[in-house]
Amino acid sequence: MKALLIELLSAGAVLTDGSWGVHMQSLGLQPGESPDVWNLTHPDLVAKVAGAYVEAGSRVILTNTFGASRIMLARHGYGDQATAINRAGARISKEAAGDRARVFASIGPSGAMLMMGDVTEQDLSNAFIEQAQALAEGGADGIVIETMSDLEETKLAVAAARATGLPVVASMTFDSGKNKDRTMMGVTPEQAAVELTEAGADVIGANCGQGIESYVTICSRLHAATTLPIWIKPNAGLPEMVDGQAVYHTTPEAFASYAPTLSASGASFIGGCCGSNPEFIRRLKDALRVAGNQDS
Amino acid sequence: MEDLKELFEAIVDGNAGKSKALTAKALTEGVDPQEILNKYMIPAMDEVGRRFETNEYFVPELLIAARAMKGSLELIKPRLVASGAKPIGKVAIGTVKGDLHDIGKNLVAAMLEGGGFEIIDLGVDVTPDKFVKAVKEKGASIIALSALLTTTMPSMKTTIEGLKEAGVRNQVKVIIGGAPVTQKYADEIGADGYSDNASSAVALARKLSVGDN
Repeated sequence: MKALLIELLSAGAVLTDGSWGVHMQSLGLQPGESPDVWNLTHPDLVAKVAGAYVEAGSRVILTNTFGASRIMLARHGYGDQATAINRAGARISKEAAGDRARVFASIGPSGAMLMMGDVTEQDLSNAFIEQAQALAEGGADGIVIETMSDLEETKLAVAAARATGLPVVASMTFDSGKNKDRTMMGVTPEQAAVELTEAGADVIGANCGQGIESYVTICSRLHAATTLPIWIKPNAGLPEMVDGQAVYHTTPEAFASYAPTLSASGASFIGGCCGSNPEFIRRLKDALRVAGNQDS
Repeated sequence: MEDLKELFEAIVDGNAGKSKALTAKALTEGVDPQEILNKYMIPAMDEVGRRFETNEYFVPELLIAARAMKGSLELIKPRLVASGAKPIGKVAIGTVKGDLHDIGKNLVAAMLEGGGFEIIDLGVDVTPDKFVKAVKEKGASIIALSALLTTTMPSMKTTIEGLKEAGVRNQVKVIIGGAPVTQKYADEIGADGYSDNASSAVALARKLSVGDN
């Protein structure tokens, strides 16, 4: 295991962060606007979100670079600024983290499908290499490949991230099929754990797609299929539209109440995805401390 | 006819080369194209949908089957048109204003095309005005709206309002989908239908098309 991971895990379950999107909307991000471009245009506001998670007690925070692959940025007309946007994203989180938290930089799906012929393997691979390199140059301590549904795309991203030498988390979204235990492309937790372990990821994860109550089984299944640490970031339930606004119904208290169970099911890194906020992280911290999963 | 049972299987298995060859052979042998379509090809896509519902198939298998179906349809369509048959419906599809995520939209378009619908793909970030034009100028009978983000979902509502303002709402059925979209939301904004996956979107579009012709 990479030294940084050993260091992080030695103090018990590692608290990660929550959603960035809603907070950025409250700071003025417009519907459909690329959040990632804010790393160049509104770095002070992005730093606020990162700082809020450091304050809440996150030991690992992510970066505002989820949609910053060249392929995704090109949709917004910023494809040629991918390197600058990713470097800035990593730097903003690093500055906010100081020596209080580590920064695992986010790489999300390209939004293009290999099997539909939307994109070639080569282009996809190049885009992930460019993004991972820029994140490393910006000072990231690790890389999180997240919200993935296609195993091939995830493996290309893992290979790109590994080339930086940083620890790599590979996290997929299980939200499809009768039992909601497959990715959109039909991948099971077992397949994900086995194949991404083989692909050289350092941590295997699941995030987004479902509320935390569904994650106990998924976490156990990932844990049973790999010896690597497990990374879990559930949603705060599923969104409901009320007067044109997305409302997530899981409260921070209810969310945090699952933390000990998740930890017992093998989760080493725990945080939240869509609908969660710094209050969720504060509650998670308390819940893990009470359960004896954290030193501080 | 034994051959055509194989056509059914070729489409279900997503074997595009085989389904195309079998379709071509049946046509040269003088089998009625309408019969090939109704008795073998459409039931094949129904079987694909059934397998999807029961978790035997996932998106990759859906796509491969839809591709095989499309190949056979391309051979059959000219014959059907020549005999005066109309497509089951014309679907104008796009992601709503502000939304640039098109995987879901592309999947639904591929499945609808495999289901025999004519597709007008309006792409991403489509304004209500462009949907109105698709109805007025291209005769779309169904509007299919896709959104991945909760922040762009309200554009579904404004699109429906745009159709109303332009006076074309009653000429067209509106179906919606996307990760955060629900039946409840469809009811709230007055959409005609909602589907949570690309396979059942075809069944929905067919249901809404019955009685239009």
